[in-house]
Amino acid sequence: MEATIATKANGKTWDGGNNKPLGASYGKMMMWFFILSDALTFSGFLGAYGLMRFKFIESWPIADEVFTHFPFLHGFHAPMYYVALMTFILIFSSVTMVLAVDAGHQMNKKKVTFYMFLTIIGGLIFLGSQAWEWKNFINGSYGAVQLNDGKIIQFVDASGHQIELKSFATSAHSERIQHTKDKGLWFEKEATLPTFTVAEVIEGFKANPDITIRTEKINADTKTKTIIPRAEAMAYLNEANAVIEGANLKVNEYGKTLFADFFFFITGFHGFHVLSGVIINIIIFFNVIIGTYERRGHYEMVEKVGLYWHFVDLVWVFVFTFFYLV
Amino acid sequence: MEHAQEHTSHTKLIWKVFGILSLVTIVEVVLGIIKPDSLHLTKILGTSPLNIIFLILTLVKAYYITWFFMHMADEKKSLRRAVVWTAVFLIIYLATLLLIEGSYINDVLGPLTKWNY
Repeated sequence: MEATIATKANGKTWDGGNNKPLGASYGKMMMWFFILSDALTFSGFLGAYGLMRFKFIESWPIADEVFTHFPFLHGFHAPMYYVALMTFILIFSSVTMVLAVDAGHQMNKKKVTFYMFLTIIGGLIFLGSQAWEWKNFINGSYGAVQLNDGKIIQFVDASGHQIELKSFATSAHSERIQHTKDKGLWFEKEATLPTFTVAEVIEGFKANPDITIRTEKINADTKTKTIIPRAEAMAYLNEANAVIEGANLKVNEYGKTLFADFFFFITGFHGFHVLSGVIINIIIFFNVIIGTYERRGHYEMVEKVGLYWHFVDLVWVFVFTFFYLV
Repeated sequence: MEHAQEHTSHTKLIWKVFGILSLVTIVEVVLGIIKPDSLHLTKILGTSPLNIIFLILTLVKAYYITWFFMHMADEKKSLRRAVVWTAVFLIIYLATLLLIEGSYINDVLGPLTKWNY
């Protein structure tokens, strides 16, 4: 009987009594199991991404062609560089976090404060970087045309490199303006109009004899998108339905809309974890400053937020692999 | 754990782990940019060798983060197994089923997709 009765807690909510089933304190053990469940949530998301990617394995967007921007390097093709930088920022903030935990073990308040501060700064820089990455993805880089059946057609020059719509499309100065709520019916509006109409893009395509199109289909031998000879291109463009610039949850100039959906959802969910991690870190940071843990006699709370923070880094390692590398 | 004062500093180990993680990331990024044809365009185990290298390097990074940054190495064996084995088993299980299902849908759907007009 006695074995099944929990020993009385000494009145503190997070104390959890004197039993230490797995040799860890109540708070730390629960943090581990929370992390386990959160890891399974992320696995579910990444698994769903894998399912859809395998489903459309022949036409999935190529990450190297999607994420090519780097700050202050306009028009420079820089695949991977930016996301590698983001990865380093997060790994480094993990290092400062674990240094804070280490300093906590030695009851060194000054060092804990300093390293917690660096961790928070690292987290904020990462969030800012992610916002910039989203901005580039949402605004797009080249523009594309969507066909009636939803497929994306992109434009390439003679050497096979993608070109921007504005580099060839002719402006016909059409009268069409965006329908907003203040023009006409107050409950009706439409999305931002693309810079060019379908007719203007096709007009420009006809006027530039050395450009052609490419489809989403990946050539299995070269792992590149299939370029359609110019002679056959008009058959595709006759099916054109809309001009697409950038990516959102409904359309994606880089290819499959699902790619954009998963990108926003998974990096967004991860970014939300980073944001909550930063907020929790700030709270603990101030607790350190006012000496809460000094008085408590141990810095275990720093260890617990440290666990969460490292988990966020761990998830990014996998997001990085599945969205940018594989 | 109880003897906080006696705790020795692990700063050296932390910087060493940081070095390993950075090195692995640099290797990943370099391979991701160069994409050598011999690794990228060939096929083993249903995917390219490059993808397998990326997966292994990712697991190496995950191991170092969990064991040395999250101090899993210092936890009791029982806690370590309760957390790590559960995750590893369930994730492999889920990923296997979803990826098999995904390729099956592709087998059925792929031939029906029209790519010429």
